[in-house]
Amino acid sequence: MANHSTTGTHPHPPTRVYLVVWGWLFVLSAIAYFIDIWHVPQPFKAILLIAVALMKAGLIVAYFMHLRFERLNLIYAILAPLILLVAMVAGFLPDGVSVFLHRNY
Amino acid sequence: MALSAPRTAAEILSGDWSGGRSPFGVSWQKLMMWIFVLSDAFIFGSFLVSYGTTRATLPNWPNAAEIFALHIGGREIPLLLIAIMTFILVSSSGTMALAVHAAYERNRRRAAVFLTLTMLLGLTFVGCQAYEWTHLIRDLGVRPWGNPFGAPQFGAYFFTLTGFHGLHVLSGVILLGFVARRVLQGAYDRKGSYEMVEVAGLYWHFVDLVWVFIFTFFYLF
Repeated sequence: MANHSTTGTHPHPPTRVYLVVWGWLFVLSAIAYFIDIWHVPQPFKAILLIAVALMKAGLIVAYFMHLRFERLNLIYAILAPLILLVAMVAGFLPDGVSVFLHRNY
Repeated sequence: MALSAPRTAAEILSGDWSGGRSPFGVSWQKLMMWIFVLSDAFIFGSFLVSYGTTRATLPNWPNAAEIFALHIGGREIPLLLIAIMTFILVSSSGTMALAVHAAYERNRRRAAVFLTLTMLLGLTFVGCQAYEWTHLIRDLGVRPWGNPFGAPQFGAYFFTLTGFHGLHVLSGVILLGFVARRVLQGAYDRKGSYEMVEVAGLYWHFVDLVWVFIFTFFYLF
């Protein structure tokens, strides 16, 4: 069958890999939780939280969603549009900050 | 096919588009799920950007760590329920990955067991969320248009973000239910492909992925 060959071609990692990724997701979630609980001062808190979130997202997409093992074309087609999300953040967040500054709280 | 020497990324990309082979190398089901997941990422991305922009305009955003605290033995543990929910959802992603792995090996029983475990964890997550909503609405008086803690927009964003996400979890449980039934019926053995398990898994992992960002930006920030 046509579908058979497409699923059978790319390598799938052994069970151990999934368990290791699972463990790391637990560790990273706990780290994120304690960053908040221990009141890390603000610029560092934001940077650390975003870094941890991106690491977790990377692990999920690369291993659980198997993107690492797909063809390069698919990887680029999925990841490239996400740049637009960064553009959206860059476009809107300064607007919020400028409204805050104009309101003179 | 003989293995050729390592090529550059540009050569690999253009080679895949130059005819004679499927550029993405996946079935249409899997490609469509990726496209759906990508578009859904933009929906949640828009929600989160809107939330961030609104929150940046306000001086009195409520402290999530206090609102989402649990009382245990007379002590307040901040964000405990949210932490538990995060571990539940991460675990459900783990069991889903094992279900996909079992599907690769065409192990019908093991795939069904892990799919069922994933569904149970998903339902537990939704149950926790239902408890959280009830607690916030009934005990704390949080509404989409106001709350006793500070900025009135807090409720609107809380219900939109967690509501949309919870709906995704619930849809995922239903989808996995259909897939688990087909696995048990042996439908994928007859078809010769267990790929549907993997496609459903893509959706499920995406729901976990969205929670990573809601957890980070709504609850922890």
